[in-house]
Amino acid sequence: MQQVFSIPKSFKNDFHFTFCPGCDHGIVMRLVAEVIDELNIRENIISSTSIGCSVFIYDFLNIDCVEAPHGRALASATGVKRAQPDKIVFTYSGDGDFASIGLAESMHTALRGEKITSFMINNTTYGMTGGQLGPTTTMGQKTTTSPMGRNKEYYGYPIKMAEHIALCDGTAFSARVAVDSVPHINEAKKAIKKAFQVQLDGLGFGFTEILSSCPTNWKMSPEQAHERIRGEMTEVFPLGVFKDITLK
Amino acid sequence: MKNMEKVLIKGNYAIAQAAVNAGCQCYFGYPITPQTEIGEYLSGKMQELGRGYVCAESELAAINMVMGAVSTGVKAMTSSSSCAVALMQEALSYAASDELPVVLVNVMRTGPGLGYIYPAQGDYNQAVTGGGNGDYKVIVLAPSCVQECIDLTYRAFYLAQKYRNPVIILADGLLGQMMEPAIFGEYPYPEVDTSSWALSGAKGREARAIYSCAREEKKQIQHIINLDQKFKTISKNETTYEEYNTEDADIIITAFGSMARNIKAAMNVLRQKGIKVGYIRPITLSPFPSDRIYELASSHKDFIVVEMNMGQMFKDVKYSVNGKAKCDLINRPCGEWLSVEEIVASVEKIMEKNYAASV
Repeated sequence: MQQVFSIPKSFKNDFHFTFCPGCDHGIVMRLVAEVIDELNIRENIISSTSIGCSVFIYDFLNIDCVEAPHGRALASATGVKRAQPDKIVFTYSGDGDFASIGLAESMHTALRGEKITSFMINNTTYGMTGGQLGPTTTMGQKTTTSPMGRNKEYYGYPIKMAEHIALCDGTAFSARVAVDSVPHINEAKKAIKKAFQVQLDGLGFGFTEILSSCPTNWKMSPEQAHERIRGEMTEVFPLGVFKDITLK
Repeated sequence: MKNMEKVLIKGNYAIAQAAVNAGCQCYFGYPITPQTEIGEYLSGKMQELGRGYVCAESELAAINMVMGAVSTGVKAMTSSSSCAVALMQEALSYAASDELPVVLVNVMRTGPGLGYIYPAQGDYNQAVTGGGNGDYKVIVLAPSCVQECIDLTYRAFYLAQKYRNPVIILADGLLGQMMEPAIFGEYPYPEVDTSSWALSGAKGREARAIYSCAREEKKQIQHIINLDQKFKTISKNETTYEEYNTEDADIIITAFGSMARNIKAAMNVLRQKGIKVGYIRPITLSPFPSDRIYELASSHKDFIVVEMNMGQMFKDVKYSVNGKAKCDLINRPCGEWLSVEEIVASVEKIMEKNYAASV
């Protein structure tokens, strides 16, 4: 009988799944693992991990990982890459880690054109701590620290990371994708692969932002959460490739 | 042996070149006076040698770059000063818990806050008690001359990898900025094999994860106990100090780093005046030579601590003396050295206070 479904080699097969029901981290981590398999880089890869729900990547991915303090994953990854230029280095962070506490590290890593790959889960909230307002929380969105909804007077505006990263001269690839539907998941995988490919080709910083659901903290069903991504979230955070120097 | 030529060199450059000689593969740093020459020197040197160098966007980034680099088994370093070293304390706590061999040079200036660029020793507590969160300890080495800037930089890289523990080289603006003759020699320590734990990509082995978080209570307890046990081993094996004239002494002066430099001269003046003074200088501030100080205090020798802060090492000396002897402080918060004359006068004043009645 033909096997039609299996766990990627880069995914551990003895994991205890800890994400909430309907959370998209599982989908994105699986995509990353599939891409690592397809590029055949598992035995040559090191990840600097972040803090937040994304930290659990070392529980799931069957690869070498080093923990960085909150917001410092890209600095740590820079250190790994400078020490081991022949290794493939990547980070996997939430929006709080990448775009709030780690914004300086993220921007400067892109500006330096570090040959590393970074993924940012954008779920518009701090998931692990129970759904507080984060750098990507949309206008009007209710969180535990914006109980009346995000307004510009108290909270300012959400950050559009893929566009900002695209503006950095050191960036080789920057895209925003979503994992709310099968066509989008397929597109997401292509962007994840491209973000690795520009590193493999020595072209510069590769970045993909992934719109993901957090049904628990959004107080929605998984279906409603994906509806939100397709509707309100993609209006604020349009999908697309914002920079790809290989197309020039 | 190579590099036996005596050279006249500034402390900051001595530390930088010693790091190169020790095989430091990566340097990451951010400018701050009075240590900027270290980064300036290494920016060119590391590129010449094809090694890693980044002008980091902040001290936070710099020390985390070091953590990333050393996690792959290479030697790496950052350097900074006081208020900026404060920014690195979170990472030091992680590095201690992750057991990563980070080397950090602190060329101290004045504090608190921004302070100023005068030399000071006000970061003693920050360094030896661990400025970050949780139960951990960092090895702290305190050079008192440019030659020791070299020797202790070599030792820092070795101890960091040998024990998989962060090491701080605690110098100050005086040492960083002054020139002295010194000999580099060769890196005198064996290379430590890091292959059993370093990250290299999970080729032909299980994947490795270096992290500080143990979610099960029992594992977390055991982890903290293990770190403590490791430091007890470090204390047993690596505690070092310089000692002089203590045998017949009634009073022992103790100081660390640049403040120790005038003690020997002051001791000679006091001995000529008939006051039997000895001297002990902790070279490892952490682990601290508490046992030796207790031993000396137990044989009826009183202590005077001389330091350039408001009495930080003084507390450790008092703790070590443990009530067995008198313990006094001669200090200045920052700035110029206490001169030999000032030290002599202060010691005489303390003598008068402590012993006038019994004489």
